[in-house]
Amino acid sequence: MRDESELIKRATKAIHKKAPFGKDVHLEDFDAATVVHSYLADADLCELPETEQERLLLAGVDPAQEKRGGTYFQKDTAVVHCSMKEEGIEVIPIRQALEHHEWVRDYYWKLVSVDADKYTAAAKLNLHDGYVIRARPGVKSIYPVQACLFIEKEGLQQNVHNIVIAEEDSELHIITGCTTAAHVKTGLHVGVSEFFIKKNAKVSFTMIHNWADDMLVRPRSVAVVEEGGLYLNNYVSMKPVRSMQMYPTTHLLGPNATARYYSIVVSSPGSEHDVGGRVHLSAEGTRAEIVSRVISNGGDIISRGHMIGEVPGVKGHLECRGLLLNGGLIKAIPELEGRVDGVEMSHEAAVGKIAQEEISYLMSRGLNEDEATSTIVRGFLSVDIEGLPDELKGEIDRAIEASDRDVM
Amino acid sequence: MLLVEDLAVEVGDRLILKHIDLEIKPGETHILFGPNGSGKTSLLMAIMGYPNYRITAGRIIFRSVDITHLPIDERAKMGIGMSYQRPPTIHGLKTRQLVQICAKGGDDIEEMAARLNVDKFLDRDVNAGLSGGEIKRSELLQLMAQNPDLLLFDEPESGVDLENIALVGEAIATLLEKEKMPRNTRPMAEAKRDRTKMGLIITHTGFILDYVPADKGYVLYDGVLSCSGNPSEILNWISDCGYEECARCAMKAN
Ligand SMILES: Nc1ncnc2c1ncn2[C@@H]1O[C@H](COP(=O)(O)OP(=O)(O)O)[C@@H](O)[C@H]1O
Ligand SMILES: [Mg+2]
Repeated sequence: MRDESELIKRATKAIHKKAPFGKDVHLEDFDAATVVHSYLADADLCELPETEQERLLLAGVDPAQEKRGGTYFQKDTAVVHCSMKEEGIEVIPIRQALEHHEWVRDYYWKLVSVDADKYTAAAKLNLHDGYVIRARPGVKSIYPVQACLFIEKEGLQQNVHNIVIAEEDSELHIITGCTTAAHVKTGLHVGVSEFFIKKNAKVSFTMIHNWADDMLVRPRSVAVVEEGGLYLNNYVSMKPVRSMQMYPTTHLLGPNATARYYSIVVSSPGSEHDVGGRVHLSAEGTRAEIVSRVISNGGDIISRGHMIGEVPGVKGHLECRGLLLNGGLIKAIPELEGRVDGVEMSHEAAVGKIAQEEISYLMSRGLNEDEATSTIVRGFLSVDIEGLPDELKGEIDRAIEASDRDVM
Repeated sequence: MLLVEDLAVEVGDRLILKHIDLEIKPGETHILFGPNGSGKTSLLMAIMGYPNYRITAGRIIFRSVDITHLPIDERAKMGIGMSYQRPPTIHGLKTRQLVQICAKGGDDIEEMAARLNVDKFLDRDVNAGLSGGEIKRSELLQLMAQNPDLLLFDEPESGVDLENIALVGEAIATLLEKEKMPRNTRPMAEAKRDRTKMGLIITHTGFILDYVPADKGYVLYDGVLSCSGNPSEILNWISDCGYEECARCAMKAN
């Protein structure tokens, strides 16, 4: 309990602390009060209004829960559904977990600093809920666990804290869909996430954002990977959002741990994305890869990447490609930091328009100009993500396809 | 039939081609020789319809339609296809997908790919990391799937290694309906009459002539068609006297 009061003390001090990146959000513009929603049984999920189900599906969340290892569904501030379907995979709302499972305290705020900025402070001082997902040692999940963070109330500030634990030799796949009801225009989502990937465990975390035009989004995520572990972090955001800023960080602490980040971002007029990934390669034989494909369709994108090589022999590669389709701005900021001799890190960054030559080439194979352009854009966005289950690859492809029309 | 009349083409502000006249009848294949930079690729690009190869005079008629100002895709739909000297890389698009686009869903891609010895890179991105020769074979695969009536080949044999050169030659012959027939299957005259494919092939080596009987050859020199005649004969002249001789002819033509 001393921990708890200490956390509160630090958070309180940080309630006005601005974040180093992204425009400053005025928290007082949003309403963080509790919103009551009734619990939904499995069958109720399929009875949700069609428009809502569509929104969920677009964010990779299947109301029918087919081929899912579990479901966590938070609407505004309330958990409206939480279920597990696979032996050895636990899905627990975090408030309940903090109350009933002492072990959660070993993970809570252990990676993300509670006083990092005003958003982390808010997630501590006024926690709505969030999920704890844990794979027991040696358990290899077959289907991904799906989590949905849904905003239905206009102008809401949603404070979420998630913890993911993959015990030794386990394998866990998670897809998180963040979206709003169709009528919602504005809101603020604050999401703290902490990932613990233990020895030889494997976690894939796929986040699909499908926000609304005036949403502000501030995820704060840190992961640690122990010996031989693998962390795959995928991010897809194809829909407009007013302002999105995140810089998920991974610490590769054990020998031969690996982190791979893939992000696909399309930014429309009026949208601002400041997204990146940071990996500390802190043990022998660690590997990192950060790949991003960003398209500005008139919006502003800052695409960051940062690798810190701390021991000899580690390897990392950073790749950022940006495509300007319709004005807008793309700024690629790759940073490589070698702190000792013998680190092997490289980056490539390219920002430009679609080459006319590529369009003409495809036109000479019979496609019209629009078809040629969309074929090139789709190719640009398609990245081969090794180690991702087909189910999740399908979700990413679907998200890209669904917004194909908007992008053009 | 392809008819090019008094064509002038500019790239940027530069006049690259002038007074080009060509006539390729159904079933005919013509060969285009010429030193580097003489404008051979530009001529093919202008026929294909690349907007940066601006036609400033003359016209192009294909199958009695004036296509001088038609966009590339409409020319492709009318049956014009091209194998490029240096096609662009397209990231994220698999060669297989592009071939499917060319084939419009039909055709057995695997079989065609095996024949051209490109099956290994069907699942690679289009032209990504391919050698010069591999690119040429991939281009031929696309044309095979597309099956156009007028085929433009830009140095199809350059960079192709000895092992693959025969299959490249044979593939081009097939595309142009000029493959060697087993003797006595059909009267020669009949085969020739049924032939409708038209070809225009840029070559330096003339190697292709061993596989594809051609009807006519030209030398393009400094943007002008300076000489026309029997392709093998022209090739011999070029190897004996170099393109210098063409310079003199070009001066006369101007
Ligand atoms: N896209 C282009 N941009 C600028 N110059 C070009 C372009 N294409 C061709 N040229 C110029 O036009 C001339 C003819 O080029 P090209 O048609 O490629 O010749 P060839 O195929 O006979 O070697 C050259 O001087 C070349 O530099
Ligand atoms: Mg050329």
